[in-house]
Amino acid sequence: MDAMTILSTRNLTKAYGGIRANTDINFDLPKGQIMALIGPNGAGKSTFVGMVSGRITATSGDVFFEGNNISKLPAHKRIARGIAYTFQITSVFTGLPLRENIALAARRKLGSDKAATDIKVAQVLDRVGLTDRADMIAGDLSYGHQRILEIAMGLAQDPRLFILDEPTQGLTELEVENFIKLIKSLAGETTILLIEHNMDVVMKTADQITVLNQGEVLAAGTPAQIRANKAVQAAYLGTTDA
Amino acid sequence: MTNQHRVHLLHFGTIALLALLFFVLPAYHVGNLARIMVLATYAIGYNFLFGYTGLLSLGHALFFTAGMYGLGLAMTQFGLPSAPALIIGLIAACLVSAVIGFLALRTSGVAFMIVTLMFAQAGYLTILYFGTYTRGDEGFVIQQAKRVMFGIDLSSEVSRYFAALILFSICFLTVARIVQSPFGKTLIAIRENEERARMLGYDTGAHKLKAIIISGTISGFAGAAYALLFGYAGATFATVQYSIFPLLWVLLGGAGTTVGPLIGVIFMFYLIDLSSSITSAYMLIAGVALVLLAMFAPQGLAGTLRKRWFKWMP
Repeated sequence: MDAMTILSTRNLTKAYGGIRANTDINFDLPKGQIMALIGPNGAGKSTFVGMVSGRITATSGDVFFEGNNISKLPAHKRIARGIAYTFQITSVFTGLPLRENIALAARRKLGSDKAATDIKVAQVLDRVGLTDRADMIAGDLSYGHQRILEIAMGLAQDPRLFILDEPTQGLTELEVENFIKLIKSLAGETTILLIEHNMDVVMKTADQITVLNQGEVLAAGTPAQIRANKAVQAAYLGTTDA
Repeated sequence: MTNQHRVHLLHFGTIALLALLFFVLPAYHVGNLARIMVLATYAIGYNFLFGYTGLLSLGHALFFTAGMYGLGLAMTQFGLPSAPALIIGLIAACLVSAVIGFLALRTSGVAFMIVTLMFAQAGYLTILYFGTYTRGDEGFVIQQAKRVMFGIDLSSEVSRYFAALILFSICFLTVARIVQSPFGKTLIAIRENEERARMLGYDTGAHKLKAIIISGTISGFAGAAYALLFGYAGATFATVQYSIFPLLWVLLGGAGTTVGPLIGVIFMFYLIDLSSSITSAYMLIAGVALVLLAMFAPQGLAGTLRKRWFKWMP
């Protein structure tokens, strides 16, 4: 673990009774990179990011964020340190206006500075292209727009580590294209950990790929290395053609 | 006119209207309205937790009576004047809600309802157990001569009405302000989607505890004021009925609206008042009216107004 590593895990394990969802995961994420986490369904990807963000309590092992052991911290304190998390199943405040959804995300950091919050919200809305829908109730937005709102709420927190759990699930092709552009525009600003099933998105965005299979790290490397890896092909790429 | 202007107009207009009604209404309704304003303050406290934070308590009678007995016992047992007794009532309600909140927040949903209900029952039984001091179900009267604050006799019609109005206004405006602040907006976020609020980095547990303490203290403020203005404290106010009432008032008036608690109490009070003047089976009429309201205005009166026409209502 060096100064350029933003997130590391050591022997991170989650067991549900006798079943191990994650076994001894050692993972290092260099700062500023886009890391994709891939693997077949049930490989333990969501469990892994759940343990990183604090939503799921680890059975054993440690999580380090910017060199500090955050294993004992509750989720909200980890988030407050600069981790943003977007849910796999869309989880926005459906009863509140879109603008207020993003303001809630921004306000935790900006506190009661209303002017700064307003500016931040306007910037984020503009960046994701939802400005004209700002006053709609989030629950009235289309599914695709709710997914984008979910990402916008992450952006509004100015995270140093941005965890996205299957952000493109259910998006149209055009929306996926826009998402790829958005993610690429974040390069350099923030470090991204992306769980993704869409191989096209992974190959177009990721600097590094980690492959999970049956709760263990199967391979890690650049997209080219992963594509050439026989074990990965057998476990994953060969069976699902994205 | 911006939305903020509309909100101010609504809130200060409500208070001005209540002040005006004193001079317009006949004595009978003035008396009713004084009681309604105190009970509406109780409902405001309840609404803060239920309507804005999304926590359904079935034990608020405990906080109401903590204030009521805090003030009542301080005056009758320790002979304190009304002002310090009122402060003791507030402190009692604050402490009780902090302890109950700390314990009850280990649960959520239905379990939270049951735990708060059980604590309130325990509170009721405690009042009966210490019957020597509390006089149990029978309750005790606070002598008229003692019900004086800053030289004003609170048992007179005028001072009672305006004391109730001041109590109501303080709590009404305080809650209106809180729910529009970042803290209040976070509570609304917790009501809407607690897991999401937590994963935005908010300490939802601490927020909910603060909400219970604020809600319980306002409820206790209403309880203490009730004892002071109407000169009576009794264990009836600790029964489960008095935990259900604020829920009903808030549901009828509009949960999560600032004016809903007042509207709900007025509606319920006069529904029973009018129907009991028609027939002895007045609960039947009241019941039918409540069912109709639940069917056609499930968000309560103010909630429906907000949904249909006045989207800016806080």
